[in-house]
Amino acid sequence: MKLTLKIWRQKDANDKGRIVDYELDNVSPDMSFLEMLDILNQQLIDNREEPVAFDHDCREGICGTCSLFINGRAHGPDREITACQLHMRSFNDGDTIYIEPWRAKAFPIVKDLIVDRSAFDRIQQAGGFISVNTSGNTQDANAIPIAKEAADTAMDAATCIGCGACVATCKNSSAMLFVGAKVSQYALLPQGQVEAADRVKNMVAQMDLEGFGNCTNTGACEVECPKGISLENIARMNRELIKAAF
Amino acid sequence: MANFFSSSIGRKIAMALSAFFLMSFLIIHLSVNLTSLFSADIFNEFSHFMGTNPLVQYALQPVLIFGVVFHFVMGFVLEIQNRKAVGVKYAKNLGNSNSSWMSRNMLLSGAVILAFLVLHFIDFWIPEMNVKYVQGDMSGLLDPNVADSGFRYYEELVHKFESPLRVGFYVLGFVLLSLHLLHGFNSAFQSMGLTAGRKKMWKNIGAFYSVVIPLGFIVIALFHHFNH
Repeated sequence: MKLTLKIWRQKDANDKGRIVDYELDNVSPDMSFLEMLDILNQQLIDNREEPVAFDHDCREGICGTCSLFINGRAHGPDREITACQLHMRSFNDGDTIYIEPWRAKAFPIVKDLIVDRSAFDRIQQAGGFISVNTSGNTQDANAIPIAKEAADTAMDAATCIGCGACVATCKNSSAMLFVGAKVSQYALLPQGQVEAADRVKNMVAQMDLEGFGNCTNTGACEVECPKGISLENIARMNRELIKAAF
Repeated sequence: MANFFSSSIGRKIAMALSAFFLMSFLIIHLSVNLTSLFSADIFNEFSHFMGTNPLVQYALQPVLIFGVVFHFVMGFVLEIQNRKAVGVKYAKNLGNSNSSWMSRNMLLSGAVILAFLVLHFIDFWIPEMNVKYVQGDMSGLLDPNVADSGFRYYEELVHKFESPLRVGFYVLGFVLLSLHLLHGFNSAFQSMGLTAGRKKMWKNIGAFYSVVIPLGFIVIALFHHFNH
């Protein structure tokens, strides 16, 4: 395959940045999208040019590190996969492909396609945990009876890998799907009840502090989420906050 | 509680609560107007009651005006905040592939509805306030000096729908209201946290409400335009 790539290049956080065009030949349809970028980078290195910086780690869709806005969609055209799971067979010979970083004020660009997602870490640290005494008397979690439906729904919420596609695709750069999932995974389980009120209040307060936008329920996040996290988690978070406030 | 309503979710809930209030008002307004399709007398009686009952006039009416203004101002405040949160726009962004046009353009549909409301106030509300509270005529009669001249409300309604231009703008206003509700109805329930586990049911109720209510108003406007 022969491709024209339009890639966002930005030297550092202070650089203005621009789209740069690259031509890439001999791309195999069996390559993953990130392997295609590896080939491009090798070509750039061979030509003594600066390679394109992009985030990646596990390359099997579970670490949440890759973060590419491909041809107008977070993680590209396919549903419920991350950019690393996207393959070049989803494109055609001669295609032009736009590759941009996540766009949101709360996710400042570090370099090229890499953005700083530490805002998500700070939201997690504000309440996305349960406090457990590990002095040696800790009860086995399996000893606590949990309804199958609650366990399954909590697990669905917990599959969020924190990649930030929800923020990237949201027209308001809202982080509510992420925070909703993190709040829900504890709200549905007995272990999460003790700190439930403080958790939702502190996580929402941190989310607002980081400068994410307000949710207008367009549902784009649910469609683009590589883990299929449901909008119902946002509704649950809203309910938790109402419960905590009154 | 003050903290709650200054949070992002609190503001969305305030927006949803004002939307619930406005959506209930639409049902009452439509119910009264529908009577004009089959009986001028019943429509006149209802209108006179609504126009002169102290509870409606001095309690519900100010609350309604506050509700409209609040919903409109809050909509703008949220939009400004959201634009600030976005920053640089994508060179290529396929919004249609993951969300509906209605959901991405609530400000636009809201602005058209607001323009409609301005026309509606000029047409009905301001003349009504003038007759009742400036001229002091609370009789509701066509000619306040003639006791058996009959109520004026139905006549005024029919007269307003003579102009095809006005009817056209009313229809456009209600089409945009329908689009606004097609997203807004469900959005309000979602913001209140009521949709978890019952998403499909609310979607169907929302779609029914969003089509039937505006359609009712359109039918009334067209009925009076073509029947008189």
